[in-house]
Amino acid sequence: MTTRIDRRMAKLKSEGRPAFVTYFMGGDPDYDTSLAIMKALPGAGSDVIELGMPFSDPMADGPAIQAAGLRALKGGQTLVKTLKMASEFRAGDDETPIVLMGYYNPIYVYGVDRFLADAKASGIDGLIVVDLPPEMDEELCVPALKAGINFIRLATPTTDDKRLPKVLENTSGFVYYVSMTGITGSALADTAKVSAAVKRIKGHTALPVCVGFGVKTAEQARTIGASADGVVVGTAIVNAVANVLGPKGEKTADPAEAVATLVSGLAQGVRSARLAAAE
Amino acid sequence: MNRPAMPNSFRTGPDEQGMFGIFGGRFVAETLMPLILDLEEQWNKAKNDPEFKAELENLSTHYAGRPSKLYFAEGLTRYLREVSSAKGLGGGAKVYFKREDLNHTGSHKINNCLGQILLAKRMGKKRIIAETGAGQHGVASATVAARFGYPCVVYMGATDVARQSPNVFRMKLLGAEVRPVTAGHGTLKDAMNEALRDWVTNVEDTYYLIGTAAGPHPYPELVRDFQSVIGTEARAQMLEQEGRLPDVIIAAVGGGSNAIGLFHPFLDDKDVRIIGIEAGGRGLDGVEHCASMNAGAPGVLHGNRTYLLQNADGQILDGHSISAGLDYPGVGPEHAWLRDSGRVEYEPILDEEALEAFQLTTRVEGIIPALESAHAIAHAMKIVPKMDTDQIVIVNLSGRGDKDVHTVAKMLGMEI
Repeated sequence: MTTRIDRRMAKLKSEGRPAFVTYFMGGDPDYDTSLAIMKALPGAGSDVIELGMPFSDPMADGPAIQAAGLRALKGGQTLVKTLKMASEFRAGDDETPIVLMGYYNPIYVYGVDRFLADAKASGIDGLIVVDLPPEMDEELCVPALKAGINFIRLATPTTDDKRLPKVLENTSGFVYYVSMTGITGSALADTAKVSAAVKRIKGHTALPVCVGFGVKTAEQARTIGASADGVVVGTAIVNAVANVLGPKGEKTADPAEAVATLVSGLAQGVRSARLAAAE
Repeated sequence: MNRPAMPNSFRTGPDEQGMFGIFGGRFVAETLMPLILDLEEQWNKAKNDPEFKAELENLSTHYAGRPSKLYFAEGLTRYLREVSSAKGLGGGAKVYFKREDLNHTGSHKINNCLGQILLAKRMGKKRIIAETGAGQHGVASATVAARFGYPCVVYMGATDVARQSPNVFRMKLLGAEVRPVTAGHGTLKDAMNEALRDWVTNVEDTYYLIGTAAGPHPYPELVRDFQSVIGTEARAQMLEQEGRLPDVIIAAVGGGSNAIGLFHPFLDDKDVRIIGIEAGGRGLDGVEHCASMNAGAPGVLHGNRTYLLQNADGQILDGHSISAGLDYPGVGPEHAWLRDSGRVEYEPILDEEALEAFQLTTRVEGIIPALESAHAIAHAMKIVPKMDTDQIVIVNLSGRGDKDVHTVAKMLGMEI
């Protein structure tokens, strides 16, 4: 079975360029604006969309994504609405992979079986659930794989060679390498260390390895993209939304346009990565 | 709720996956997974190491002042017998207090902190972080960090920093850095999020000293084991002083460490009724309480599955309690399991009932109890008059109430 993620990754590989994976928070600052942001992403150069599911207690996230989640929840976002957003997007785009990213509790409360059925029907291709390590695979990972949805695992600098096989065992779609020990939005780690880690992981798996946490500029995207199969940007995108919101949450400019401008610039960095590496 | 089958023993959990029935587990980010696996391995070695045990016992005796007394609360017993007579019942059980308030640092929290600081030392960690609600765990953490020469950072909700200022000052005197957390309502839940963020960032050298019997496995187990000294002592002391086991034991439950510490050694004593008291706040009808087991639902937060206060979308609610130590929207996973299995009853006590118990205990016993402990006493006040005079109740007096005098004064409309 191949998913949209598998097909997209294979296509990019044949084109000889890394994937540009973009994270944004579903429902930030409200449903309609957020859907407009999502719809603008592929045209601006995003290859894979990570749709953030807001959670009240995002333990692995820095202040920017925490604030985005709270704005979304305040704006009335729920998991039901996040799935609806995916299916509305899907109605106009049947190619761009959508990965839901967030924490387990809203899914657990929604009900795992019901969630997987609804996610599949909404055109979701993969899941990243931060607080479900391989030790908890029976909760969601195994049922998701059975339902034909990729389960994308995070590998981190603390995941040593002994542990990597366990982490990779039920991973599909791609491996998300977290560039550093820390929360989202921190400073990017030493890029030489990151490419060494990517090489190490690729020694254990044929899956594409995408790198995230800390990538904010086109230059960084280009450097990371030289060795990784994909570059993930999240906090910078979430900040682009926050930057056009006034003190009371009012829009001072069009958030979708602000995100599209940022993403276009970053996409150029990602797309030039291999050329740069070949020079 | 489906009741799990009655086990032969209630004292064998958790299983190898860290589960108590469906509760518990290891719901953490991958970055932390190798750390908690390492902690589990080190803990398994330490708990069977006579040297570790001896060092902990030595510190417990000479530094913390253990064993804590099991005290016959004669004044409260007499008062509640009068209440019973006035109602025409002519009863009133004997009330004993397990005096954890007499420990060094003024609460049961030191039991766990001494155990965990010895683990941190064994593991070669260089820095201690902790979360705190009322500040009792923060003070105990800062204390053991000072004693063993570690730098210590304590995360504390900004609301709690304001309402527990004496403890904030204590921590600072002890050399700890107190970092106020403004996210959410600025209470224990938010402090725990921030401590986890610190840990995920500083994995190399940092030991996370969790203060309650919750979080990812093995924390619920190891905190329980360090706190079980309360119940082990109380059980032996009761047998020595009364020649028999108590009829009822009561403790307040926030995260639930003092309660599980008292309860665990009694779990297989079938004739001992065990009651955990949750913070009923301003009543269970609204959202201003912290009674996760009476008014919450199972969910996943802070590394474990347990009962949580949450909405239909799985977003965690903040809750409310007059007592900062009970102001947490979840509960340790073993309590969740004991609730579903029916072994332990969990009852709510309102802010105003706790406040009344606080004042009564102060007046008739000359003991100022912590507001957390006052919740447990308040429940004893409800049931003791209906019991017979030859029955016995133990209430865990988990901490002293000096830290709460400002809060109580405010509630009573006084200025100090």
